This record gives sequence, C-alpha cells and structure tokens, in this order.
Amino acid sequence: MRQCNHDRVRFIMTKAHLELFEVFIRSRRGLDHKHVGSLHAEDPAQALEYARDTYTRCSEGVSIWVAKSSDICASQEADAESFYDPSDDKPYRHSSYYHLPDEVDNM
Amino acid sequence: MNNADLQGPSSRNQQVMQYAIRLGDDALVLGHRLSEWSSKAPFLEEDLALSNVALDYIGRARMFYGYASELAADGRTEDDFAYTRNEREFQNLLIHELPKGDFAFTMVRQLIVDIFNTHFLHQLEQSSDQTLSGVAAKAIKETRYHLRRSREWITRLGGGTEESQQRTQKALNSLWGYTPELFELDELEQQLCNNNIGVNNTLLSAIWHQQIADILTEAGLTVPENSWTVKGGRSGYHTENLGHLLTELQFVHRSMPGLEW
Repeated sequence: MRQCNHDRVRFIMTKAHLELFEVFIRSRRGLDHKHVGSLHAEDPAQALEYARDTYTRCSEGVSIWVAKSSDICASQEADAESFYDPSDDKPYRHSSYYHLPDEVDNM
Repeated sequence: MNNADLQGPSSRNQQVMQYAIRLGDDALVLGHRLSEWSSKAPFLEEDLALSNVALDYIGRARMFYGYASELAADGRTEDDFAYTRNEREFQNLLIHELPKGDFAFTMVRQLIVDIFNTHFLHQLEQSSDQTLSGVAAKAIKETRYHLRRSREWITRLGGGTEESQQRTQKALNSLWGYTPELFELDELEQQLCNNNIGVNNTLLSAIWHQQIADILTEAGLTVPENSWTVKGGRSGYHTENLGHLLTELQFVHRSMPGLEW
C-alpha cells in the first residue's frame, strides 16, 4: 500500500505542472484546422508530439496546431442572448432571403 | 559454416533469412518491453505515445519475420518465428531485452537505440536487397520520430529535478556496457556486408558516440566510461531477462497452438 500511495502522489505531482492544450488538425482534404480535442503536456513542443500520437495515428491529418487552453478567450453562455438573439429577426442577413435572377445558376 | 556453404543463391537466402530474423528479434523484444508501459506510463498522453512506439516496433518485427518466412520457404510463418522459438534461438542484441526499469531507464535505452537505428536504417536503405531496403525506408521515418521524443525526454529529465537527473544518470551508467555490442559484426554479418546486403555496424560507432555525447552534455549528464561490456545476443547467449519476457510473450500461443479468432 505504501508503494501505491507513493505512486499516487507522484502521479498528482506530475499532473500538477502539466498544462492543458487544445488540438486542431487539418485533415488531408480539409482546408481548415478543426478542433479535435485536448491533452496535457509540459510545453507546446511536447503538446505537438502528443497531439500526433493521440489524434493522428490513423493518418487523419497533414497539419497540427496546438494552443494553450488558457490562451483561448471563449464566449460565455450567459452572454448568449446579447450575442446571438439580435440576429434572429434579421433574415436579410442570409443569402437565402434574396431572390436570385434565373440567369444566375449554381450559386 | 565453411566458405563453400556460403556460395550460391540458396545459401544467400539462408544468410539473409538469418539476418532478417535477428533484426526481427531486436524489434519484437524491444516492442514487447515498450508495450509493458501500456496503462502504466506516468500520464495518459505518454502512455499513448509509448504504446505507439511499441506498435511501430512490433510492426517492424512483422515485416522482418514476414521476409524471413518468405526466404525460409518451408511453411514457417512470422508467428512461428515470434512464438515458437526458445531463448537460445533468439538473436536480439541484449540491450533490447533488459527490463523496462523506471521511466528514465526506458527513455535512456530509447535514446541509445534510436540514435543507433537512425544510422543503421539509413545504411540498410542502401542494401542491394530490395526488401531489406524497403523495410528500412519505412522504419527510418518512425525512428526519426522516436529519436525526437527520446532526445527531448533526456533533455527534460537531465535538466529537471535532482531526482530525475540522478535516475537518468543511473540508467545511463547501467546501460552503457550494453552499447559496444551494437557495433560488432560476426561472421554472418561480415559476409552480408561484403555482399552489400548487410550494414557494417562497426562504422556507425564514431558518429553514434559523438551524437549521444552531444545530447547528454547538453542535458547536463555525464558520458559514462567504457569500463565494462556484456555481449552474446547475436549468438543466442542472453541475460536471464529474455526467458521471462518470452514466457509472457509466447504464453497464449504455446497454451493454445494454432488458435485463431
């Protein structure tokens, strides 16, 4: 049991100084990087390697970005009303609102 | 084996088959050692990374054994090579069979082997044997990535805490005597080398020593003295550890021979 506790302490300590990173991968045919998940690493260089091992083993990607999760500024759920509701009653912001002349095909 | 046995295409095939088995043994035994970290690595991401490296090695073993099976042309399959040979028939270099030890030991061994393999596989790519050359071309890409990992880990561990530094140095000291074996050639390998099939390992020593010394020095570690040496893997003389490893590795196959699912 003592050994077990020792391992546990070490595990927690290891985790403690690892940072969380978000991983973005551009797939073989995709044009943009898509968020695929997150992982723990000590620094960006290590995060990039772990991203490779965690998310691209089945040749899903040709390019990887990693960013510290703490560097991402995210909108809050509480702001949802003021952020998104105002566009609900402005259908003219959507292209489907406009009638296309017949001469314009395949738009 | 006298010289007359070494002439003609069939004896050539026998030689290349032996060589492929040896390289397969190196890969299988190290791959198994790495797989022992699965679910036991320091944290999840490293667990996946180590298991990936283990799989690279096991895949490499399959390619070498597959080629050996083709050359044997007697019905033996890659599974027969992996699961039905005894300890004395395995011809891996000893460094691969040592127990995984702590994380520092595993990463130091990887650094030693990864540097060696980048040079070894680069030479094997030039082999006049198309299959060996092809396997090397595939494997070297994996190995370059393995080296990137092990080099970074040694830098981290060497420059980390007092404990990580001590453990890494201790691992280095206890592994160093197994490194001279990497740069030896026996009669078979000499023959293959003369025929531009095999690699002349003796020529890799200088660059290996220089490269590892640079990395260790940068990591604040001390390059050990060459004060002791253990050898014998290529002749089937092993440390006590290989028997235990094979017991686990071959258990299922030996209990239920020929089982498929």
